[in-house]
Amino acid sequence: MPKLTIDGIAVEVPANTTILQAAELVGVEIPRFCYHDRLSIAGNCRMCLVDVEKSPKPVASCAMPVGEGMVVHTKSDRANKARGGVMEFLLINHPLDCPICDQGGECDLQDQAMAYGFDRGRFHENKRAVKDKYMGPVVETVMTRCIHCTRCVRFATEVAGVPQLGATGRGEDMEITTYLEGALASELSGNVVDLCPVGALTSKPYAFNARPWELRKTESIDVMDAVGTNIRLDARGRQVLRVLPRINEDVNEEWLADKGRHAIDGLRAQRLDQPYLRKNGTLEPATWDQAFAAIVARVKGLSGGKIAAIAGDTADAESMMALKDMMSAFGSPHFDCRQDGAALDPTVRASYLFNSTIAGIEQADALLIVGADPRKEAPVLNARIRKRYLRGGFPICVVGEATDLTYKYDHLGTGADVLAKIADGSHPVAAALKNAKKPMLILGMAALTRADGAAILAAAKAVADSCGLVKDGWNGFNVLHTAAARVGGLDVGFVPATGGKDTRGILDAAGKGEIEAVYLLGADEINTAKLGKAFVIYQGHHGDRGAHRADVILPGAAYTEKDGTYVNTEGRVQRALRAVFAPGDAREDWTIIRALSEKFGKTLPYDNLAQVRARLAFVNPLFAAAGKIQAAEWKAFGTAGAIAAAGFEYPVKNYYMTDPISRASRTMAQCTEEFVTGGARQKSSDPKTGTHG
Amino acid sequence: MSTRALAKDQPASFAFNAEMMAQSKRIIAKYPSGRQASAVIPLLDLAQRQEGWVTRPAIEEISKILDMAPMRVLEVATFYTMFNLAPVGKTHVQICTSVSCWLRGSNEVVRACKERLGIGMGQATPDGLFSVGELECAGACVNAPVIQVGDHYYEDLDFASAGKLLDALKRGENPACGSVTGRDGSAPAGSAVTLTEKPTPPPKQDFAAAKTAFEKAKADAAAKAAAPKA
Repeated sequence: MPKLTIDGIAVEVPANTTILQAAELVGVEIPRFCYHDRLSIAGNCRMCLVDVEKSPKPVASCAMPVGEGMVVHTKSDRANKARGGVMEFLLINHPLDCPICDQGGECDLQDQAMAYGFDRGRFHENKRAVKDKYMGPVVETVMTRCIHCTRCVRFATEVAGVPQLGATGRGEDMEITTYLEGALASELSGNVVDLCPVGALTSKPYAFNARPWELRKTESIDVMDAVGTNIRLDARGRQVLRVLPRINEDVNEEWLADKGRHAIDGLRAQRLDQPYLRKNGTLEPATWDQAFAAIVARVKGLSGGKIAAIAGDTADAESMMALKDMMSAFGSPHFDCRQDGAALDPTVRASYLFNSTIAGIEQADALLIVGADPRKEAPVLNARIRKRYLRGGFPICVVGEATDLTYKYDHLGTGADVLAKIADGSHPVAAALKNAKKPMLILGMAALTRADGAAILAAAKAVADSCGLVKDGWNGFNVLHTAAARVGGLDVGFVPATGGKDTRGILDAAGKGEIEAVYLLGADEINTAKLGKAFVIYQGHHGDRGAHRADVILPGAAYTEKDGTYVNTEGRVQRALRAVFAPGDAREDWTIIRALSEKFGKTLPYDNLAQVRARLAFVNPLFAAAGKIQAAEWKAFGTAGAIAAAGFEYPVKNYYMTDPISRASRTMAQCTEEFVTGGARQKSSDPKTGTHG
Repeated sequence: MSTRALAKDQPASFAFNAEMMAQSKRIIAKYPSGRQASAVIPLLDLAQRQEGWVTRPAIEEISKILDMAPMRVLEVATFYTMFNLAPVGKTHVQICTSVSCWLRGSNEVVRACKERLGIGMGQATPDGLFSVGELECAGACVNAPVIQVGDHYYEDLDFASAGKLLDALKRGENPACGSVTGRDGSAPAGSAVTLTEKPTPPPKQDFAAAKTAFEKAKADAAAKAAAPKA
């Protein structure tokens, strides 16, 4: 471990640490543009120059490994002069358009020019100008501002795994662009905006919306997938204007997927802001009292067995808790949080968790993916798999339709029957898994939502047992959820009670008229046509499929508008805070259920959030420990049975539209047009004529 | 130098012909497997030799052959000015206009092109036979000014000799490359102006005498050491 001195502070750091990292350890700040913790070192901006004794020139600290006995000065005259010079060169071609630049106020170049730059320029020639580039619906470009740090290029190549970005030309003519100016086809493309230290890449949907100092920042959790990405909601007035990732090394590092970042404009469209009642076949606005009265009139007197509830994919644990308590008060055993009918076993927690944990992927040394498309179902988690893959020694096998996952893998076939072969050891992959120290299996929803889902779950369990996926200090059995509410729902126990029907059963019974009232808590991903003549109460925030079918609509709050608890796919309990109030008459979801229960004379025993959370913690003590992970006990689960050889059908077909919020989002519609339905964009260079349809 | 971008009109496809394919295989074989991307520059060169310029389909074909992202190949193709990103004439005349050549009269060479071919920098003759381009320092400053045609340098040009050279090229001849003034490589023009006198040979040394002297000194020292101290 070399010892060195940085600005008079002696420090001992591991070999191969760079001077910049060592300086960070002792709290000495070194300015930088191109260096980023999570990207490879480029060393091309030269802003991090420091003075090292006995070195003839200032050295780039981001790329210089520490040496024994080094004496580093970061604030000496020579270091300051070097930085000043670099800054002056950078500003030669950087436009002075801060007042109209979206990065203004949170710009690295602006801040560092203040701290390290000269107060005037000596450049009197013409500045260069660069044509703006098209990079897709979420990344706006003003390429004249680019300082060529290549962070975006490295991010796209290394983290996102879509090497479409690059620098063409050389010297003054170097330009950052995508190949042939195509859209950056990554689910993580929005992150290049965060990485860009200047205003060259900015957020297209957020363009010219607000200044950073006007925004109210609230910590929250993303509900667009089951990763539970930690986010920060930036709101002004009653609108959430943008979403940024928060750093959480265990979950998302510092990335955020595009849907979580840009679907928020969907929160301003198609909103349910007041109760509605269906009269003569059409939904008409009503008051809360009228809505509640209509429900009481129809539901009171029904026996418990005739009432059912289904919770949606973005429901918070509090509202599911309240709804479950209300259903129990009605005496109904029919409630389910698994809209897609996934054969998850709610009794064994290890059977429905991503047990290895997301950070644990980095320790794994073999991976088998069954019926999951992690790139679309959990892009941030997929980036973690890719990160592990890039380190090497990580064989990946996939059972299911072969898609571009941004890393190479062995395709074992599309059919689920391969799983049985791996379980009995007759497949060569079984030996590879057995020989691995920390093998992993990722089981996707495509495998569990099939009719033979329970058998596949059992087969996966058999693979886990026979191939040694579960051992001391390591559980390699992982279920990758697609719904943010799913694990929370299972942990709350929002699954059929004894004798109760699951989602499929509820829909069948409703169709036959055996169930007369169905309560949909933001459940939009079910086939509403199957509900038959049942009386449907829809509580949610968007006029989507569920609301269209509803007889009574109770306007609820979206995830940005309530304090909610979500449990991510690895079983991490996380709390989201309210950023803004729900529009109009809409209310936080658990309070609606609490108010409705009162009308039935079955008042739920909690009046405030603390009491609901106490109730949650009473039902499942896990809810008391937010942010932590508790290893789940490995027990028997799954029902062995015949497995059909048919291929898997991945649940996320269009990544950009999976829930009511993203379906209402304009940005997501543009992304769908660009990346899914394909090539609808007319390139500006192609002349449009009247003959074009 | 201006921003280098791919030409707007591109052919539909590209494939190496048999000879180029064989060459490219030989080049790729020079690199360890997994590092075949190192062959990108020679392969782009082969494509340019075959087509006259680097086309978009060629970039994509090479990216497939070398298992690279097309963007990575494009980066290389746009970085090196030696790759033509747009069609050039059958004979592509590149004039070095960097500082040494310019000081030695490259403007005159440009003027000769304008007069003989009727085209200026960055232009091509309507029949497609000739095009004139700029060359960043050709590295032949000692023989400035320089024209590059294909793989050949024509050096020590002036207005008249450049005109003669272009006429020969126009007639379809293949003039001898090198200095047009006939000097040998970059040897001085005319006769030598320094080191003209006959070199003085090194002084002759008598090694036998030196050896005897050395041995005598050694023997004396030994005798002195052996003698009892006075």
